[in-house]
Amino acid sequence: MKKFTLSATVAASLALFAGAATAQVTDALVVEGTTISTSAPAADWLDIDQVLSGWSFRTVETRALQMDDFDNPGMIFVDQAIDDWSTVDGTEGKSCSSCHTDGPEEFAGLRAELPRWDEAQGKMMNMEDYINLSRVEHMGAEPWKWAKPRMDAMVALISLQSRGMTINVAIDGPVADAWEQGREIYYTRVGQLDMSCANCHEDNYGNMIRADHLSQGQINGFPTYRLKNAKLNSTHARFSGCMKNIRAEPFAVGSEEFRALELYVASRGNGLSAEGPSVRN
Amino acid sequence: MADNVKPRVRVPRSAAAGEAFEIKTLISHKMESGQRKDSDGNPIPRSIINHFSCDFNGENVIQAALEGAISTNPYIQFEASVEESGTFTFTWQDDDGSEYTDSKDITVG
Repeated sequence: MKKFTLSATVAASLALFAGAATAQVTDALVVEGTTISTSAPAADWLDIDQVLSGWSFRTVETRALQMDDFDNPGMIFVDQAIDDWSTVDGTEGKSCSSCHTDGPEEFAGLRAELPRWDEAQGKMMNMEDYINLSRVEHMGAEPWKWAKPRMDAMVALISLQSRGMTINVAIDGPVADAWEQGREIYYTRVGQLDMSCANCHEDNYGNMIRADHLSQGQINGFPTYRLKNAKLNSTHARFSGCMKNIRAEPFAVGSEEFRALELYVASRGNGLSAEGPSVRN
Repeated sequence: MADNVKPRVRVPRSAAAGEAFEIKTLISHKMESGQRKDSDGNPIPRSIINHFSCDFNGENVIQAALEGAISTNPYIQFEASVEESGTFTFTWQDDDGSEYTDSKDITVG
Protein backbone atom coordinates (compact mmCIF):
# COMPACT_ATOMS: atom_id res chain seq x y z
CA MET A 1 0.00 0.00 0.00
CA LYS A 2 2.77 2.31 0.98
CA LYS A 3 4.63 1.49 -2.21
CA PHE A 4 1.62 2.43 -4.30
CA THR A 5 1.34 5.85 -2.64
CA LEU A 6 4.99 6.51 -3.24
CA SER A 7 4.91 5.73 -6.94
CA ALA A 8 1.78 7.81 -7.38
CA THR A 9 3.60 10.77 -5.88
CA VAL A 10 6.59 10.20 -8.11
CA ALA A 11 4.36 10.02 -11.16
CA ALA A 12 2.57 13.22 -10.19
CA SER A 13 5.79 15.12 -9.70
CA LEU A 14 7.20 13.77 -12.94
CA ALA A 15 4.14 15.00 -14.78
CA LEU A 16 4.53 18.39 -13.19
CA PHE A 17 8.18 18.51 -14.14
CA ALA A 18 7.47 17.56 -17.74
CA GLY A 19 4.85 20.28 -17.92
CA ALA A 20 7.24 22.88 -16.65
CA ALA A 21 10.09 21.75 -18.85
CA THR A 22 8.24 21.89 -22.14
CA ALA A 23 6.78 25.38 -21.75
CA GLN A 24 8.44 28.10 -23.76
CA VAL A 25 8.80 31.42 -22.06
CA THR A 26 7.60 34.67 -23.51
CA ASP A 27 9.58 36.86 -21.10
CA ALA A 28 11.31 39.85 -22.59
CA LEU A 29 15.02 39.48 -23.14
CA VAL A 30 16.71 42.72 -22.21
CA VAL A 31 20.49 42.77 -22.40
CA GLU A 32 22.33 45.85 -21.19
CA GLY A 33 19.34 48.03 -22.00
CA THR A 34 18.76 46.58 -25.47
CA THR A 35 15.44 44.81 -25.93
CA ILE A 36 15.76 41.67 -28.00
CA SER A 37 12.65 40.27 -29.59
CA THR A 38 12.54 36.53 -29.02
CA SER A 39 9.41 35.87 -31.06
CA ALA A 40 7.98 37.16 -34.31
CA PRO A 41 5.24 36.24 -36.77
CA ALA A 42 6.54 33.63 -39.21
CA ALA A 43 6.93 34.33 -42.91
CA ASP A 44 3.97 33.18 -45.00
CA TRP A 45 6.03 30.46 -46.70
CA LEU A 46 6.62 28.78 -43.34
CA ASP A 47 4.44 26.04 -41.89
CA ILE A 48 4.63 27.51 -38.42
CA ASP A 49 2.79 30.53 -37.03
CA GLN A 50 5.48 32.06 -34.94
CA VAL A 51 9.26 32.01 -34.98
CA LEU A 52 10.91 31.72 -31.57
CA SER A 53 14.45 32.36 -30.51
CA GLY A 54 16.31 29.41 -28.98
CA TRP A 55 16.57 31.55 -25.84
CA SER A 56 12.86 30.91 -25.10
CA PHE A 57 13.48 27.18 -24.85
CA ARG A 58 16.28 27.23 -22.31
CA THR A 59 16.16 26.91 -18.53
CA VAL A 60 15.77 29.95 -16.34
CA GLU A 61 19.46 29.76 -15.31
CA THR A 62 20.71 29.60 -18.88
CA ARG A 63 18.44 32.46 -19.93
CA ALA A 64 19.73 34.59 -17.05
CA LEU A 65 23.33 34.13 -18.24
CA GLN A 66 22.51 35.93 -21.46
CA MET A 67 20.81 38.85 -19.74
CA ASP A 68 24.04 40.27 -18.33
CA ASP A 69 27.13 40.77 -20.43
CA PHE A 70 29.38 40.05 -17.49
CA ASP A 71 27.70 36.72 -16.83
CA ASN A 72 27.63 35.81 -20.53
CA PRO A 73 30.69 33.58 -21.02
CA GLY A 74 30.59 34.34 -24.75
CA MET A 75 31.88 37.81 -23.94
CA ILE A 76 35.25 36.34 -22.95
CA PHE A 77 35.75 35.54 -26.61
CA VAL A 78 34.53 38.96 -27.68
CA ASP A 79 37.29 40.38 -25.47
CA GLN A 80 39.82 38.16 -27.21
CA ALA A 81 38.57 39.37 -30.58
CA ILE A 82 38.95 43.00 -29.45
CA ASP A 83 42.64 42.21 -28.88
CA ASP A 84 42.83 40.55 -32.29
CA TRP A 85 41.13 43.57 -33.88
CA SER A 86 44.27 45.64 -33.35
CA THR A 87 46.80 42.82 -33.82
CA VAL A 88 48.94 43.41 -36.90
CA ASP A 89 49.21 40.35 -39.15
CA GLY A 90 50.29 39.63 -42.72
CA THR A 91 52.58 41.22 -45.30
CA GLU A 92 50.86 44.61 -45.36
CA GLY A 93 51.60 45.31 -41.70
CA LYS A 94 47.97 46.05 -41.00
CA SER A 95 45.40 45.06 -38.42
CA CYS A 96 41.61 45.34 -38.69
CA SER A 97 41.81 48.73 -37.00
CA SER A 98 44.18 50.13 -39.68
CA CYS A 99 41.31 50.37 -42.18
CA HIS A 100 38.25 50.21 -39.94
CA THR A 101 39.18 53.23 -37.89
CA ASP A 102 35.73 53.60 -36.33
CA GLY A 103 36.12 50.19 -34.72
CA PRO A 104 33.87 47.15 -35.03
CA GLU A 105 30.88 49.49 -34.54
CA GLU A 106 31.16 50.18 -38.29
CA PHE A 107 29.53 46.84 -38.84
CA ALA A 108 26.29 47.53 -36.98
CA GLY A 109 23.52 45.85 -38.94
CA LEU A 110 25.73 43.53 -40.99
CA ARG A 111 24.95 40.39 -39.01
CA ALA A 112 21.20 40.88 -39.49
CA GLU A 113 21.54 40.69 -43.29
CA LEU A 114 23.94 37.78 -43.68
CA PRO A 115 24.32 35.66 -45.67
CA ARG A 116 23.74 38.03 -48.59
CA TRP A 117 24.66 38.42 -52.22
CA ASP A 118 27.72 40.59 -52.78
CA GLU A 119 27.75 42.16 -56.22
CA ALA A 120 31.45 43.07 -56.08
CA GLN A 121 32.45 39.53 -55.18
CA GLY A 122 29.88 37.93 -57.46
CA LYS A 123 28.84 35.43 -54.84
CA MET A 124 26.95 34.93 -51.63
CA MET A 125 28.99 36.04 -48.64
CA ASN A 126 28.69 35.36 -44.95
CA MET A 127 30.62 36.77 -42.02
CA GLU A 128 33.55 34.35 -42.27
CA ASP A 129 33.93 35.22 -45.96
CA TYR A 130 34.12 38.93 -45.20
CA ILE A 131 36.68 38.43 -42.43
CA ASN A 132 38.90 36.30 -44.63
CA LEU A 133 38.48 38.66 -47.59
CA SER A 134 39.87 41.46 -45.45
CA ARG A 135 42.65 39.29 -44.07
CA VAL A 136 43.80 38.05 -47.47
CA GLU A 137 43.26 41.08 -49.71
CA HIS A 138 43.91 43.96 -47.34
CA MET A 139 46.22 42.54 -44.69
CA GLY A 140 48.08 40.02 -46.81
CA ALA A 141 47.52 37.49 -44.04
CA GLU A 142 46.61 33.83 -44.04
CA PRO A 143 42.85 33.27 -44.03
CA TRP A 144 41.49 31.92 -40.77
CA LYS A 145 40.00 28.44 -40.73
CA TRP A 146 36.26 28.39 -40.19
CA ALA A 147 34.83 27.18 -36.88
CA LYS A 148 38.13 27.73 -35.08
CA PRO A 149 38.48 29.88 -31.94
CA ARG A 150 39.92 33.08 -33.50
CA MET A 151 37.43 33.09 -36.34
CA ASP A 152 34.45 32.38 -34.10
CA ALA A 153 35.54 35.10 -31.68
CA MET A 154 35.83 37.69 -34.46
CA VAL A 155 32.42 36.66 -35.83
CA ALA A 156 31.06 37.16 -32.31
CA LEU A 157 32.59 40.63 -31.99
CA ILE A 158 31.11 41.77 -35.30
CA SER A 159 27.76 40.08 -34.62
CA LEU A 160 27.56 41.86 -31.28
CA GLN A 161 27.42 45.23 -33.07
CA SER A 162 24.05 44.21 -34.55
CA ARG A 163 22.55 42.95 -31.31
CA GLY A 164 18.88 43.77 -31.08
CA MET A 165 18.56 44.53 -34.79
CA THR A 166 15.92 42.65 -36.73
CA ILE A 167 17.10 39.75 -38.86
CA ASN A 168 16.24 40.55 -42.45
CA VAL A 169 17.85 38.10 -44.86
CA ALA A 170 16.94 38.46 -48.54
CA ILE A 171 15.85 35.23 -50.18
CA ASP A 172 15.13 36.32 -53.74
CA GLY A 173 17.19 37.62 -56.64
CA PRO A 174 20.65 36.10 -57.06
CA VAL A 175 20.41 33.98 -53.92
CA ALA A 176 17.11 32.33 -54.88
CA ASP A 177 18.84 29.16 -56.13
CA ALA A 178 20.93 28.79 -52.98
CA TRP A 179 17.85 29.39 -50.86
CA GLU A 180 15.98 26.67 -52.76
CA GLN A 181 18.91 24.29 -52.26
CA GLY A 182 18.93 25.11 -48.55
CA ARG A 183 15.21 24.41 -48.28
CA GLU A 184 15.73 21.09 -50.03
CA ILE A 185 18.45 20.13 -47.52
CA TYR A 186 16.25 21.23 -44.62
CA TYR A 187 13.45 18.89 -45.61
CA THR A 188 15.53 15.91 -46.85
CA ARG A 189 15.76 12.93 -44.52
CA VAL A 190 19.33 11.70 -44.15
CA GLY A 191 21.45 9.43 -41.97
CA GLN A 192 20.84 6.16 -40.18
CA LEU A 193 18.05 7.75 -38.16
CA ASP A 194 16.48 8.96 -41.41
CA MET A 195 15.64 12.42 -40.14
CA SER A 196 15.52 15.88 -41.65
CA CYS A 197 16.05 19.21 -39.90
CA ALA A 198 12.27 19.71 -40.06
CA ASN A 199 11.47 16.52 -38.12
CA CYS A 200 12.87 18.06 -34.95
CA HIS A 201 12.85 21.79 -35.49
CA GLU A 202 9.56 22.25 -37.31
CA ASP A 203 7.40 19.24 -36.36
CA ASN A 204 8.56 18.80 -32.77
CA TYR A 205 9.93 22.02 -31.37
CA GLY A 206 8.80 22.46 -27.78
CA ASN A 207 8.89 18.69 -27.18
CA MET A 208 11.63 16.89 -25.31
CA ILE A 209 14.12 14.76 -27.22
CA ARG A 210 15.38 12.65 -24.34
CA ALA A 211 16.74 15.29 -21.92
CA ASP A 212 16.84 18.14 -24.40
CA HIS A 213 14.15 20.69 -25.09
CA LEU A 214 13.87 21.00 -28.86
CA SER A 215 14.02 24.53 -30.18
CA GLN A 216 13.18 25.76 -33.65
CA GLY A 217 16.85 25.63 -34.56
CA GLN A 218 17.03 29.36 -35.23
CA ILE A 219 20.48 30.80 -35.85
CA ASN A 220 19.81 34.44 -34.89
CA GLY A 221 21.88 33.95 -31.72
CA PHE A 222 25.02 32.64 -33.40
CA PRO A 223 27.83 32.37 -32.69
CA THR A 224 26.56 30.84 -29.50
CA TYR A 225 28.33 29.93 -26.29
CA ARG A 226 27.32 26.41 -25.33
CA LEU A 227 27.57 25.27 -21.73
CA LYS A 228 28.12 21.80 -23.15
CA ASN A 229 31.55 22.57 -24.61
CA ALA A 230 32.37 25.90 -22.93
CA LYS A 231 33.22 27.70 -26.16
CA LEU A 232 31.70 29.63 -29.02
CA ASN A 233 30.02 27.51 -31.65
CA SER A 234 29.63 28.62 -35.24
CA THR A 235 26.56 27.98 -37.35
CA HIS A 236 28.29 25.47 -39.58
CA ALA A 237 29.83 23.61 -36.64
CA ARG A 238 26.34 23.34 -35.12
CA PHE A 239 24.88 22.04 -38.38
CA SER A 240 27.65 19.49 -38.40
CA GLY A 241 26.84 18.45 -34.81
CA CYS A 242 23.16 18.06 -35.69
CA MET A 243 23.99 15.84 -38.65
CA LYS A 244 26.23 13.64 -36.51
CA ASN A 245 23.38 13.30 -34.00
CA ILE A 246 21.16 11.81 -36.67
CA ARG A 247 24.04 9.49 -37.70
CA ALA A 248 24.53 11.23 -41.02
CA GLU A 249 27.80 12.11 -42.73
CA PRO A 250 28.00 15.89 -42.22
CA PHE A 251 28.75 18.27 -45.07
CA ALA A 252 32.04 20.12 -44.67
CA VAL A 253 32.16 23.35 -42.68
CA GLY A 254 32.14 26.14 -45.29
CA SER A 255 30.72 23.86 -48.02
CA GLU A 256 28.18 25.01 -50.61
CA GLU A 257 25.58 22.82 -48.90
CA PHE A 258 26.04 24.41 -45.48
CA ARG A 259 26.15 27.90 -47.02
CA ALA A 260 22.82 27.23 -48.67
CA LEU A 261 21.42 25.77 -45.46
CA GLU A 262 22.69 28.76 -43.49
CA LEU A 263 20.87 31.12 -45.85
CA TYR A 264 17.65 29.14 -45.61
CA VAL A 265 17.76 28.71 -41.83
CA ALA A 266 18.71 32.37 -41.33
CA SER A 267 15.72 33.42 -43.44
CA ARG A 268 13.40 31.27 -41.31
CA GLY A 269 14.36 33.56 -38.44
CA ASN A 270 13.51 36.81 -40.25
CA GLY A 271 11.81 39.05 -37.71
CA LEU A 272 13.79 37.84 -34.70
CA SER A 273 16.64 39.92 -33.31
CA ALA A 274 20.34 39.27 -33.75
CA GLU A 275 21.45 37.98 -30.34
CA GLY A 276 25.02 36.85 -30.78
CA PRO A 277 26.85 35.82 -28.80
CA SER A 278 23.98 34.00 -27.15
CA VAL A 279 24.14 31.37 -24.39
CA ARG A 280 22.65 27.93 -24.90
CA ASN A 281 22.98 24.53 -23.30
CA MET B 1 51.62 32.00 -19.40
CA ALA B 2 48.69 29.95 -20.55
CA ASP B 3 47.02 31.06 -23.79
CA ASN B 4 44.25 33.62 -23.99
CA VAL B 5 44.12 34.49 -20.33
CA LYS B 6 42.14 37.64 -19.74
CA PRO B 7 40.75 38.82 -16.43
CA ARG B 8 37.42 40.63 -16.23
CA VAL B 9 36.10 42.42 -13.17
CA ARG B 10 32.94 44.33 -12.40
CA VAL B 11 32.93 46.74 -9.46
CA PRO B 12 30.42 49.60 -9.05
CA ARG B 13 31.92 53.03 -9.77
CA SER B 14 30.56 54.46 -6.54
CA ALA B 15 29.07 53.20 -3.30
CA ALA B 16 27.79 54.47 0.04
CA ALA B 17 30.19 54.07 2.96
CA GLY B 18 29.72 50.77 4.77
CA GLU B 19 27.10 49.47 2.37
CA ALA B 20 27.62 46.02 0.87
CA PHE B 21 27.91 45.77 -2.93
CA GLU B 22 28.61 42.98 -5.32
CA ILE B 23 31.92 42.28 -7.05
CA LYS B 24 32.06 39.87 -9.96
CA THR B 25 35.29 38.45 -11.33
CA LEU B 26 35.97 36.13 -14.19
CA ILE B 27 39.18 35.00 -15.81
CA SER B 28 39.42 33.09 -19.04
CA HIS B 29 41.60 30.06 -18.42
CA LYS B 30 41.43 26.49 -19.63
CA MET B 31 41.92 25.05 -16.08
CA GLU B 32 43.49 21.78 -17.24
CA SER B 33 42.88 19.46 -14.29
CA GLY B 34 45.89 17.14 -14.65
CA GLN B 35 43.55 14.13 -14.67
CA ARG B 36 43.13 13.91 -18.42
CA LYS B 37 45.21 12.05 -20.98
CA ASP B 38 45.99 13.05 -24.53
CA SER B 39 45.33 10.87 -27.58
CA ASP B 40 48.60 8.96 -27.01
CA GLY B 41 47.65 8.11 -23.44
CA ASN B 42 50.12 10.48 -21.79
CA PRO B 43 48.81 12.54 -18.89
CA ILE B 44 48.23 16.23 -19.70
CA PRO B 45 50.02 18.22 -17.00
CA ARG B 46 47.91 20.27 -14.62
CA SER B 47 47.65 23.94 -15.54
CA ILE B 48 45.19 25.89 -13.43
CA ILE B 49 44.76 29.17 -11.62
CA ASN B 50 45.60 28.03 -8.08
CA HIS B 51 45.04 31.21 -6.10
CA PHE B 52 42.87 34.30 -6.23
CA SER B 53 43.02 37.33 -4.01
CA CYS B 54 41.41 40.75 -3.83
CA ASP B 55 42.87 43.71 -1.96
CA PHE B 56 41.50 47.15 -1.23
CA ASN B 57 44.03 49.94 -0.68
CA GLY B 58 46.62 47.31 0.27
CA GLU B 59 44.37 45.49 2.71
CA ASN B 60 43.27 41.97 1.89
CA VAL B 61 39.54 41.51 1.22
CA ILE B 62 39.30 37.87 0.18
CA GLN B 63 41.54 35.00 -0.81
CA ALA B 64 40.64 31.74 -2.46
CA ALA B 65 42.62 28.57 -3.11
CA LEU B 66 41.45 26.98 -6.34
CA GLU B 67 41.78 23.25 -6.98
CA GLY B 68 41.81 20.95 -9.98
CA ALA B 69 38.08 20.29 -10.06
CA ILE B 70 37.18 23.91 -10.79
CA SER B 71 35.91 24.31 -14.31
CA THR B 72 37.23 26.40 -17.17
CA ASN B 73 36.99 30.22 -16.93
CA PRO B 74 36.62 30.46 -13.13
CA TYR B 75 33.99 32.96 -11.99
CA ILE B 76 34.16 34.30 -8.45
CA GLN B 77 31.52 36.61 -7.00
CA PHE B 78 31.51 38.14 -3.52
CA GLU B 79 30.29 41.14 -1.55
CA ALA B 80 32.39 43.86 -0.02
CA SER B 81 31.88 47.18 1.71
CA VAL B 82 34.26 50.11 1.95
CA GLU B 83 34.51 53.19 4.15
CA GLU B 84 36.61 55.35 1.81
CA SER B 85 37.38 55.80 -1.88
CA GLY B 86 40.17 53.65 -3.23
CA THR B 87 41.31 50.91 -5.54
CA PHE B 88 40.52 47.25 -5.62
CA THR B 89 43.30 45.08 -7.00
CA PHE B 90 42.66 41.53 -8.11
CA THR B 91 45.35 38.90 -8.52
CA TRP B 92 45.20 35.44 -10.02
CA GLN B 93 48.17 33.08 -9.74
CA ASP B 94 48.82 30.49 -12.41
CA ASP B 95 50.48 27.08 -11.88
CA ASP B 96 53.24 28.16 -14.25
CA GLY B 97 54.16 31.06 -11.96
CA SER B 98 52.53 33.86 -13.95
CA GLU B 99 50.36 36.36 -12.22
CA TYR B 100 47.40 38.16 -13.80
CA THR B 101 46.13 41.36 -12.27
CA ASP B 102 43.36 43.87 -12.74
CA SER B 103 42.27 46.86 -10.71
CA LYS B 104 39.17 49.02 -10.33
CA ASP B 105 38.62 52.35 -8.60
CA ILE B 106 35.61 53.06 -6.45
CA THR B 107 34.39 56.37 -5.11
CA VAL B 108 32.61 56.68 -1.79
CA GLY B 109 30.28 59.64 -1.67
